[in-house]
Amino acid sequence: MENVLESILASHDHQPSALLAILQDIQRSENWLPEEALVQVADGLKVPLTRVYGMATFFSSFSLKPRGRHVCTVCMGTACHVRGAQRLVEHVQRDYGIAPGETTPDLRLTLETVNCVGACALGPLAIIDGEYHGQLSTQKLGRLLKTVKE
Amino acid sequence: MEERFRSVTDLEAHRRQLTAAHDPNRTVVAVCAGTGCCAYGARRLAEAFREEIDKSNLEVELRVTGCHGFCERGPAVEIYPQGIFYQRVKEADIPEILAETVRNGVAIKRLLYSDTEGRTYEREHEVPFYLHQTRVLLAFNGQINPDSIDDYIAAGGYAALGKVLQEHKPEELVDLIMRSGLRGRGGGGFPTGIKWQSCRKAPAADGVRYILCNGDEGDPGAFMDRSLMEGNPHLILEGMIIGAFAIGYPGKPRGYIYVRNEYPLAVERLGRAMEQARQYGLLGKNILGTGLDFDVLINKGGGAFVCGESTALMASIEGFVGEPRAKHIHTAEQGLFDKPTNLNNVETWANVPLIINRGLEWFTSIGTGDVSKDPWGGSKGTKIFALVGKVNNTGLVEVPMGATLRHIIWDVGGGPPPGKKFKAVQTGGPSGGCLPESLLDLQVDFDRLTDAGSMMGSGGMIVMDESTCMVDLARYFLHFLAEESCGKCISCREGLAQLCAIVDRICKGEGREDDLQLLKDLSATVQAASLCGLGQSAANPLLSTMRYFEEEYRAHITGHRCPAKVCKTLIRYVIDEKCDGCMACNAQCGAKAIQGGKKARHAIDDLLCTRCGVCMDVCKRNAIHVES
Amino acid sequence: MLSHEESQVRSVVEFKVQGRTCRGTQGESLLSALRHHGFEVPSLCFHEAVSPYGACRLCLVEVKKGRRSKLTTSCNYPVQEGLEVQLDTDEVVRHRRIVLQLLLAAAPAAKAVRDLAALHGVEETPFVPRPGEDCIQCGMCVRICELVGVNALGFAGRGVRKHVTTPYEKANLACVGCGACADVCPTGCVKVVDADEFRTIERWHLRVPLTACAACGRGFAPEVHLTRMAGQAKMEIARLATCPKCRGRAYAADFRLP
Repeated sequence: MENVLESILASHDHQPSALLAILQDIQRSENWLPEEALVQVADGLKVPLTRVYGMATFFSSFSLKPRGRHVCTVCMGTACHVRGAQRLVEHVQRDYGIAPGETTPDLRLTLETVNCVGACALGPLAIIDGEYHGQLSTQKLGRLLKTVKE
Repeated sequence: MEERFRSVTDLEAHRRQLTAAHDPNRTVVAVCAGTGCCAYGARRLAEAFREEIDKSNLEVELRVTGCHGFCERGPAVEIYPQGIFYQRVKEADIPEILAETVRNGVAIKRLLYSDTEGRTYEREHEVPFYLHQTRVLLAFNGQINPDSIDDYIAAGGYAALGKVLQEHKPEELVDLIMRSGLRGRGGGGFPTGIKWQSCRKAPAADGVRYILCNGDEGDPGAFMDRSLMEGNPHLILEGMIIGAFAIGYPGKPRGYIYVRNEYPLAVERLGRAMEQARQYGLLGKNILGTGLDFDVLINKGGGAFVCGESTALMASIEGFVGEPRAKHIHTAEQGLFDKPTNLNNVETWANVPLIINRGLEWFTSIGTGDVSKDPWGGSKGTKIFALVGKVNNTGLVEVPMGATLRHIIWDVGGGPPPGKKFKAVQTGGPSGGCLPESLLDLQVDFDRLTDAGSMMGSGGMIVMDESTCMVDLARYFLHFLAEESCGKCISCREGLAQLCAIVDRICKGEGREDDLQLLKDLSATVQAASLCGLGQSAANPLLSTMRYFEEEYRAHITGHRCPAKVCKTLIRYVIDEKCDGCMACNAQCGAKAIQGGKKARHAIDDLLCTRCGVCMDVCKRNAIHVES
Repeated sequence: MLSHEESQVRSVVEFKVQGRTCRGTQGESLLSALRHHGFEVPSLCFHEAVSPYGACRLCLVEVKKGRRSKLTTSCNYPVQEGLEVQLDTDEVVRHRRIVLQLLLAAAPAAKAVRDLAALHGVEETPFVPRPGEDCIQCGMCVRICELVGVNALGFAGRGVRKHVTTPYEKANLACVGCGACADVCPTGCVKVVDADEFRTIERWHLRVPLTACAACGRGFAPEVHLTRMAGQAKMEIARLATCPKCRGRAYAADFRLP
């Protein structure tokens, strides 16, 4: 991972102002933000670890815990909310025993929520491994998650 | 692709070439590939069209376009030159479309839009949803391929830039925008001309001024900017380059487009558009041979609503958390990296080429008020709204400023779905408020909704019916804001936490008599004592629902009832006599709260029931209803 | 906000407070200027040593520049020529009251907050206690740790979950145990405990050995802190390893009258 991080830092010219983009690149590569990565970023950019940690915990897109091989993101925007998005979340919670932000112990599935992805006419909506699925019912979502293998 | 254009003449020559080669009678199958339609499989649909077209040897162009805005009816396909509009197209429909419509010019009725009375409409511009709109910003969204700069140029793109570089001095341009009365479309409504002027006038020792585009559209329920960025990215770029000239020339203007993390397609399309613009010499050094140097970078957000606030956005570009900064430091003078900065919303930038191309008179003839003496005097031009919720036609609506809520929701939106009754419309997202039926004739512009306790905001418009609990809605917005607040100001952070605690109690049936007054007092402090727009407008959804739906609050507090049957603690799920004992619900009930054997009427144990609603979902006999 | 040096070269300006003309340095903190003129404005998150942050919202005043007046925090508002300031208007008092009530709920264990609230007639709060017990997230500890160049503390999270902490809620190796954070903390929630040759700052999960004074043998400063100071001052540690009391005695001995 060290080399990957080094090349990410280099691609941003070791600029502290690129901190957000650097963390995004790391999460894309590692699927989460490990502690060693944050330490290496702080060293590489010559900024305090507290600043890097602050950024990693401020923005919702980052995970400081390992994420699953599959990520299910349920949209909690207003339009989805009035169409029952909360029930979708509760359904996954019940079936897989994970709350938003958590991952199944076997690292198969991570449940996340997001505050509106702009596909409001299609609500309630969930994004599973980057694919958008709209007009979901709890049953449809349950079926989709079952088909996400390994 | 061509080489760089060295001058406006080159650009115009290329445009002429493109339009000469364009056959207006050529059949084009345009498949919408906006985020909404992609969620319905539009990409696969386009591929399938491609395959069928190749097999068929038909003379037809397949074009993948940006968001038409009628997302609920996706996937949308339009056949040109007739402009026949098909909705909810499936792969299985493709052979028929090619045979009937493309080859024979005949419309397929089942694929046409039909209104609640069963009338169908063939042409897109006849469909009531589109008929009652004034689509100027969204004009090309269903027509051009957003990944093709040539499509944009052929449609007249970058003509405004050419005109401006050849005919105007920067100061004249600023004056033009000032006189147009264009005001910020992100919700703030600040006159764009005044912003441009302050930034241009601000001293810049090294000539660096930042030209920023706010694409952080964070209001839940709003997707106007997404549609513009995905569907016509060059329109925004053109606006920014014109702005860079007006504000930063001579000098070294630099641009950033800040796109929220949740819009990956927009990032992709903008990125591609920028590369193409660079190849053509429309971005970079010596643009069109005029000596203007300007380029743009994309910054992605990290998932934070507060980064839609201008100083928080800038902090994030600088590599800091999105904490807004004190307002007495004007970003026009000291903004990003302490340089003079001009930030405008996506839709605001999109208006700039339009104003140049169509002229001041045209622009100021649309909208409300009088801006001839004062840009604050009215709301000019069109506004795109994202109309969603309990309405027949949900999607993006572009109308002149000053259109009434009734026009937007009924004439364009087709009114509430059959059997549903309008209850309220929420405008302005988390900074706005809910308006009841009595205010439907209000004209929507920057100023008129504020007195009523709401605001136009960035354009989100959510229609609600009797199944929405207004107290629960206020609770939703308060929790949203409590999570999204940057957390610095006690008045906002602690204030929102306490507002949430009180409204949570009310929704649980534990409301107290003095809660309403306490909510009002605390709201006033959250508003008055907080640093930024998030905190200052955070109480709006709560206050507006308290103002217009007080009986609903009282029902919760004194009556321990939720009239809309939403608040879990105050409702019960009941199985009635239509139950035939099929046991479908038992099987699904996670709380094991349903008793009853085969063929016997079931009953739900109130104490065990978690109000998850799954039983109601699976019941085939419609035997389960909610009581309060 | 202007640094001391910057203030020195700025011009002197006149502004009015409650009708009374006052003089101040252009760009200096209005709160600072008000206090120098003897006006009382409450605050919890302001300290002359560190840059203002504007978290507690207690220092609200009404300012008028030209025709428009508005409420603003005075700590991070710059003094300017012609400014008109009103303190304690009905609006300011009303909002200050609610903010104090919010603070009482946010930091129920903090005596400083209770005392300040009582001073302004606020004895109880209609709001429910929030976790955090006595930290009001004012960020003073963060700012002073930044000022001394250590940067061991920072804000984590956002919104109602925002809190001051060390990365990963564990001891930060960068911390030198100097205790400056405890010195500026307005509620006293950062506690430094020296005992048995160790300094413990529980809040930051820190426990570091104390260097014993070369003269009296009592542990008086964290080893890591002295090491850092020696490095910065380019001195030998031995020269710093005397506790303030003994050092004072040594100097006093040097000044005995002949």
